[in-house]
Amino acid sequence: MDDNTIIFQPAPARPAPSNRVGPRAWLRANLFGGWKDTVVTLILLAILALTLPGLVDWMFVRATFFGDADNCRQAGGACWPFIVDKFNVLMMGVYPQELGWRPAVCAIALIVLAALTYTNRVRGIVLIVAWAILPVFALFMIGGAFGMREVDQSLWGGLMLSIMLALVGVIVSIPLGVLLALGRYYGPPVVKSLCVAFIELLRGVPLITILFMASVMMPLFLPPDLVINNLLRIQIAMILFSAAYMAEVVRGGLQAIPAGQTEAALALGVSRARTIAFIVVPQALRHVLPPLVGRCIALFKDTSLVIIVGLLDFLGMIKNASLDTTWLGFQAEAYVFAAFVYWLICYSLSLYGRELERRGPSAQKR
Amino acid sequence: MSFTKRTAKPGFSVQNIGSALSQAVVLTVVLGIVYVLFTNTQENLALRGIESGFEFLDHEAGLPIGDSLIAYNPTRSYGYAFLVGILNTLFVSFLAVVFATILGVFVGIARVSHNWLLAKVAAIYVETLRNLPLLLTLFFIYSVVLAALPHPRAAIELVEGVYLSKRGFYLPRPMAEAGFSIFLTAALAALALGLGFWRWAVTYKMRTGRPMPGFWGGLGIFVILTGIAYLATGRPISSELPVYAGFNFKGGLAMKPEFASLLIGLVLYTAAYIGENVRSGIQSVQAGQIEAANALGVSNAVVTRKVLLPQALRVTIPATTNDYASLVKNSSLAVAIGYPDMVSIGGTIIGQNGQAVEIIGMWMAVYLTINLIISLGMNYLNARVLHVER
Repeated sequence: MDDNTIIFQPAPARPAPSNRVGPRAWLRANLFGGWKDTVVTLILLAILALTLPGLVDWMFVRATFFGDADNCRQAGGACWPFIVDKFNVLMMGVYPQELGWRPAVCAIALIVLAALTYTNRVRGIVLIVAWAILPVFALFMIGGAFGMREVDQSLWGGLMLSIMLALVGVIVSIPLGVLLALGRYYGPPVVKSLCVAFIELLRGVPLITILFMASVMMPLFLPPDLVINNLLRIQIAMILFSAAYMAEVVRGGLQAIPAGQTEAALALGVSRARTIAFIVVPQALRHVLPPLVGRCIALFKDTSLVIIVGLLDFLGMIKNASLDTTWLGFQAEAYVFAAFVYWLICYSLSLYGRELERRGPSAQKR
Repeated sequence: MSFTKRTAKPGFSVQNIGSALSQAVVLTVVLGIVYVLFTNTQENLALRGIESGFEFLDHEAGLPIGDSLIAYNPTRSYGYAFLVGILNTLFVSFLAVVFATILGVFVGIARVSHNWLLAKVAAIYVETLRNLPLLLTLFFIYSVVLAALPHPRAAIELVEGVYLSKRGFYLPRPMAEAGFSIFLTAALAALALGLGFWRWAVTYKMRTGRPMPGFWGGLGIFVILTGIAYLATGRPISSELPVYAGFNFKGGLAMKPEFASLLIGLVLYTAAYIGENVRSGIQSVQAGQIEAANALGVSNAVVTRKVLLPQALRVTIPATTNDYASLVKNSSLAVAIGYPDMVSIGGTIIGQNGQAVEIIGMWMAVYLTINLIISLGMNYLNARVLHVER
C-alpha cells in the first residue's frame, strides 16, 4: 500500500438537530405543530385547568373519608363514608347480612375463574364447563341449597343481582344464539323464516318493551295456575333479547368460514350435522369471540334497565341509597361510585376483548 | 353458499319429503304454541276482567302529560295521548341523531388527530361513555348535573335570552311577523337558484375543464339573496325572549330538565359510538393513498373529499345505521327520568286499564317502523355515497 493513499475517513456523525429530539421536539410534534394545533392545545389546557383542580379538590382534598354525614357537610367535599356505610347494600341489596359470606364465595369463584380465563393457560373445554357450572353454583349458594337456609329471590339485589342477570344471560344466550344463527343460515325455509322473524323482532324493539312484556304480559300468556316469579321472567326476557343479538354475531362468524371447508368435509363423507357441529361452529365462534365479548359488555350495561320493572339491581340500590334521609344530598358520590364500578368491569372486559382480537384467527392472517 | 342450496333435482326424493315433513312438524309445533298462548291470554284477560281490543284508544285518557309538541289536555283520548308520546319519541330522537352525528364526527377526527392532547381527551371521552350504562349517565345528568344549576331567579345567562336553570333551559322563541310568508317564498327561491348555480357549475367544469366555484358561488347567491329579501320584507322574524316572572320564566322556548337530560345523555352516549365508527372509517383508508395524492399535488380538501371520505364512509355508514337505530330504541329510557315518550305514556296507560297486550303491540309496531325507515334511508345514502366496490 502506498503511503500517499488517503483512506476515506467519514467524519463522525453529528448529533441530531436539537429541534428534532428530546422533549421540546416531542412537544412541537404532538402539541404545537402549527398555529391550529397550538390553539387547540391551549383551549384544551384551559378547559382542563378550569375543571380538573375542582374535581380533584372535591374528590380528594376536601373529601371526608371517615366520619358521618355531619362531618361530610362541614367539610363540603365528597362524602366517602356514605359509600362505606352503604357498601353491603350496594353489593347485595337486602340480602341477609349474616349470610353475606355466600355471595362473597361466589364472587371469589367468579374472580378466580375470570383470572384463569384471562391467563389462557387452561384448556378451553375445561373453561367452558367451569363457566357453565358457575351460575348454577351461584344460584345454589345464594338461593340456599344442600341444607343451607333458603333466601327468597325477592331479597336478591345490588351488584350481585346485576352480575347474576348478566352472567346467566350470557351463558344461556350464547348456545341459544348459535342455534338461531344456524337456523337462519342453514335451516330449511320454514325454520329460517321463523329464526329471522324472532331475531329481527327482538332486535327491532327496545329492551324496555321486552322487559315490560316479561313483567306485565308474560303472566297473561301462561296458564292461570302457573306462576313464575318476576326475577325469573325478567331473566328469561334478557336471555331471549341477548340471544337475538348473539345470533347476529355468530352469523357473521359462520359467513367467515370458507365454503371449501364444508365441501371438503361433505366430500369426505362427514355428515351435515357433524360438519356443522365440529367443523363450522367451533371456527366460527373463534372468529367472533371479540364481538361476543362486546355483547357481554352490552348485556351487563343493559341489566341496569331492570330497575324500570321493579328489580333493585346495582343502579337501583345506588338510586335508593341516594334517597336515604340520613345521607341526603350525596347523590353525586353515589353515582360517581356506580360509574367507577360499572366502568371498571366494562373496561376490563373490553380490554380482554381486544386481547382476544390480538390472539384470534383474524389477527394471524394479517 | 353452495352448502345451503342442495343441488338435488327437483321432484320427489326421500330427502325432499323428509325435509318437507320436518318443516311441517316445526310449523305445527310453533303454531300450536301460539294457539296455546292465545287461549291462555284470553282466559287470563277474562279472569282479570281486562277488556281487549283497541276501543280504549277513543276513551278519555285523564292522564297529565308534562311535555307535548301538540296541544294536549287530559280530556283527550288515549289514542291522542299515545300520539303525543310517539311525537315526543321522534322529536328527541331526531334532535339527538343530528347533534350526536356532529359531535361524533368531531370526536372521531379528534381520535386520529396528530395533537396528542386532543387525541387523548377524545379517547378518554369515548372509553368513559361507552363503558357506562346509558341509564347511569342519564341519572347522573338529571339528578346531579342539572340539579346543581341555580334556581330560575339566579339563572345562568349564557348570551342574551339563553338561560340555564334547574327548572330547565330557556331560549328565545323565533316569531313570524307580517311579511314572513313572502320572505319564506323568496328564501326558497334563492335556495333553488343557489342549487341551480351549483349544478350548472359542476357541468360547466366537466365540459370545459375550467374552474368554477360551484359550492361557494351557490352559497353566496343563497345568502345574499336571502339577506336582501329579509331586509326588503322588513325583518319579518323577531324573537320572544324568556322573562323571569313570579317563580319561573315566562315566554321563550322552554326545555324541561327531563327533555334536556335525555337529549344530552343520548347525544353524549351515541356520539362516543359514532366517533369510533368515524375513527375506524378513517383508519381503514391506507395512509399510502393519502400520501400519494399529496405527492401528486392534490389539495388537502380534495384529498379529503375524493379519496378519504368515499372510502371511510363505506366503513362508517353501516355501523352508524345501527347506532341510529340503537339511539331511537334508547330514547325509551325516557321512562326512567320522567320524559313523556311513547313508552312512558304507554306504561301509564297499562297501569290504568291493564291492556298490556295492545300497548306493547303498538310500541313494537312503531319501533319496528322507525327502524325500517332508518335502514331504508341509510341504505339509500349508502348507495348514493359509496363508490362502487371492485
